[in-house]
Amino acid sequence: MSAETTTTSPRTFRLEGVTCAGCVRKIENSLGAVEGVAEARVNLADRTLQVSGEASDAECIAAVESAGYGAERVRASERERREQQHEEEQRHYRSLLLRCALALGLGVPLMAWGLLGGDMMVNTPSQQLAWGAVGLLTLGVLVYCGGHFFTGAWRAFRHHNANMDTLVALGTGAAWLFSMAVVLAPQLLPEAARHVYFEASAMIIGLINLGQALELRARGRTSAAVEKLLELQDPTARVVRDGEERDLPLEEVRVDDRVRVRPGEKIPVDGTVEEGSSLVDESMLTGEPVPVKKGEGDFLSAGTLNKNGTLLFRAEKVGADTRLAQIIEMVKNAQSSRVPIARLADRISAIFVPTVMIIAVLAALAWFNFGPEPRAAHVLVVMTAVLIIACPCALGLATPMSVMVGVGKGAEHGVLIRNGKALQQASKLRTLVVDKTGTLTEGEPKLTEIETDDGFAGSADDLLQLLASLEQGSEHPLAAAVVAAARDRDVEFLRTEEFEAITAHGVTGRVDGKVLFLGNRKLMEREKIDAGGWRERVQELAGKGRTAMYAAVDGKMAGIIAVSDPLREDAKTAVTRLQQLGLRIEMLTGDNEGTAQAVARQLGIDRVHAELQPEDKEKIIGELQGSGEQVGMAGDGINDAPALARADVGFAIGAGTDVAIETADVTLMRSSLHGVADAIELSRATLRNIKQNLFGAFIYNTLGIPIAAGVLYPFTGALLSPVIAGAAMAMSSVTVVSNANRLRFFKPQGSGKSNTNEPATGGQVQ
Amino acid sequence: MMTLLVNVTGLVLIVAIVWWFWLAEAGRESEPVRATDEEMEVLVKDGVYEPDHIRLPAGEPATLYFRREDPSPCAEYVLFPDLEVSAQLAVGERTPVRLPAAEPGKYPFTCQMQMYRGSLSIE
Repeated sequence: MSAETTTTSPRTFRLEGVTCAGCVRKIENSLGAVEGVAEARVNLADRTLQVSGEASDAECIAAVESAGYGAERVRASERERREQQHEEEQRHYRSLLLRCALALGLGVPLMAWGLLGGDMMVNTPSQQLAWGAVGLLTLGVLVYCGGHFFTGAWRAFRHHNANMDTLVALGTGAAWLFSMAVVLAPQLLPEAARHVYFEASAMIIGLINLGQALELRARGRTSAAVEKLLELQDPTARVVRDGEERDLPLEEVRVDDRVRVRPGEKIPVDGTVEEGSSLVDESMLTGEPVPVKKGEGDFLSAGTLNKNGTLLFRAEKVGADTRLAQIIEMVKNAQSSRVPIARLADRISAIFVPTVMIIAVLAALAWFNFGPEPRAAHVLVVMTAVLIIACPCALGLATPMSVMVGVGKGAEHGVLIRNGKALQQASKLRTLVVDKTGTLTEGEPKLTEIETDDGFAGSADDLLQLLASLEQGSEHPLAAAVVAAARDRDVEFLRTEEFEAITAHGVTGRVDGKVLFLGNRKLMEREKIDAGGWRERVQELAGKGRTAMYAAVDGKMAGIIAVSDPLREDAKTAVTRLQQLGLRIEMLTGDNEGTAQAVARQLGIDRVHAELQPEDKEKIIGELQGSGEQVGMAGDGINDAPALARADVGFAIGAGTDVAIETADVTLMRSSLHGVADAIELSRATLRNIKQNLFGAFIYNTLGIPIAAGVLYPFTGALLSPVIAGAAMAMSSVTVVSNANRLRFFKPQGSGKSNTNEPATGGQVQ
Repeated sequence: MMTLLVNVTGLVLIVAIVWWFWLAEAGRESEPVRATDEEMEVLVKDGVYEPDHIRLPAGEPATLYFRREDPSPCAEYVLFPDLEVSAQLAVGERTPVRLPAAEPGKYPFTCQMQMYRGSLSIE
């Protein structure tokens, strides 16, 4: 078989180098000569080629190339593929149900016959004939409804491998062979053992098919989160090319295309707004409920919803490069990654099936040597029951299903978890180190106070006007705060002359003919300006976490201004929430000790590391880890990258930038520390779910196998019916998947609803 | 006589299971497929990766192509846990799985439930 499938459905190719109607002819003729091409049509406007027929993609591309052009297969979009896969799954589901119905259709009447006292023994030739016919019917069921177990078992066997198929095939096969032997040669066995077990074979096949169908259903729901993300992508985009607006399939949108989005439409690709302004709902990516105002120059993310205005924007990232596509990719990767806690389960499931086979043989031998009569029948029942009840699936599914749901749930709340390891470590964190700027605070200093001296002739706004005009030329971050405040108050800027920055002191210049000085006390002392009573005021402000500066006009004290980086609105509640989760919070900042302590006091943070150089942050994480703690670090992902990498779990906050997504263990799409609390709550809920699953699977197998082997016989006087074993096995994996699905109802505490979390245990030292 | 025969058969079966599934597999180092050419693909069907032993040169990234023909959900994902790589496989399609450059060694790959198993030798 060739590498590409041969299909008859039409395929689309993107053409290169096609400019005129002449090219169209050449390409179409060239393709017409290819064997297996039913129809080839070039669309000059879109520069695409549609081919139907059985020719392979490679042949079509070769034909186009031989005509002197280039072609590339346009891949079906992720969405279409999803739909195809859904159909495929649906088909599989229906076929499982059909097989189940047929097998149970034979098994249930047979079992009912046995239970209602019908004769299951083979003694007379007429019974031989009747049961022989049933045996052939059962064989039909085994082949049609259970054929995949047998082929799977055989193929695995040839690869020195054994799996669930092996167990099912051996169990049902043994029951059928024994029964058939009874039918053909009953005289070989003692009278009491001439029992047939055709109903067991049919029932087991039916029940396991049913179990697989239910599991398929339940599994489908585990990937609901990715599904939701994929649905954010509209299949088409309205592209403006050569002054003409056209609806193009998403795959054909290229970088630098101009795209129009009307109210109520989704943004199809990433880009920057060129015209128009509108409110855009980004909640699906960030979890931030308030729509964001977007205008010229603002960045748009694919998948977000345009609310009320029309936007024209330039596509910058398309296809797999969009932020949405990367998020989907990352979520999918994380969903199928391994969790360290599963290592034991992995090791056990690697040797599980052969071990069960050995146990089955040992149990059978034990019953043969020491068991009561009819031994032959007991041996068969015990062996079949052991083989069937053992469920490697429950064990194998225990962690992946929970991780799948947990990671997906995180994505719904704007929490992107890199992998299973990060998930597990986040659940164990005891200390969280938080970078102050941009995480606890807005990251943009704002003017908080402007106070004028009695000696200054004018209002506070007049002083602001002078200072803002002076600071226009400065690049200091505090200057930006002053200038921004002036803009907010619609203050008119004046001409500034002779501007000069005096290192470590402040700035000076001439505005509107007045000589201004703005800076710290050292500047005032250098200029011999008497700060008077302002000194105490400045110290008082510093105690509140603000940075204050003296302003002097024409050699006289004019007042002070203070700026501070305001706390995020939700910082306090988020810190409290984290502390309730049992975490000790430590703050890192480059600010001076006084400001830092003031912020820490307001937020109730236990410990502060102030006046740090960027490289110190990583060192502090290392020291904390040295004392044996699991340390998490929350930062903006750009400046804190080394510290984030060093921490056991690095939380990159609010950026959603490429760098952050690549380096952090957990990326928070929303600029809030609440995301860290959400992530930790989610990781704990997921880990608890995993433990429940693993525990359930272990207990199920360690109890089920001995019971099937007949340890309860001395007490109950009966063996476990292989049919019950089949039902138990079918239900066990469904149970595991369903339990994992319970995680879908997880709600972080911050969102106001209750959740499955236990109250956090104390233990933090305040 | 019958007792002896049955017991011996049972023990032989156990020995055979141990040998075939554990010992023989470990000794089967000699025949992995060298995956350097583009057309090589791993068929995912009926509980088995075929080929299930693949060799790749060390120190360079590689792409393996998986074709899933088993619609049962077990086959949906292929994981290389040690390489932190995983991929969702679409039924009836050839899915590229990109592997990073890796140190020489043996890296198992499995489905989520570890029923499908294979191993990758980087050398």
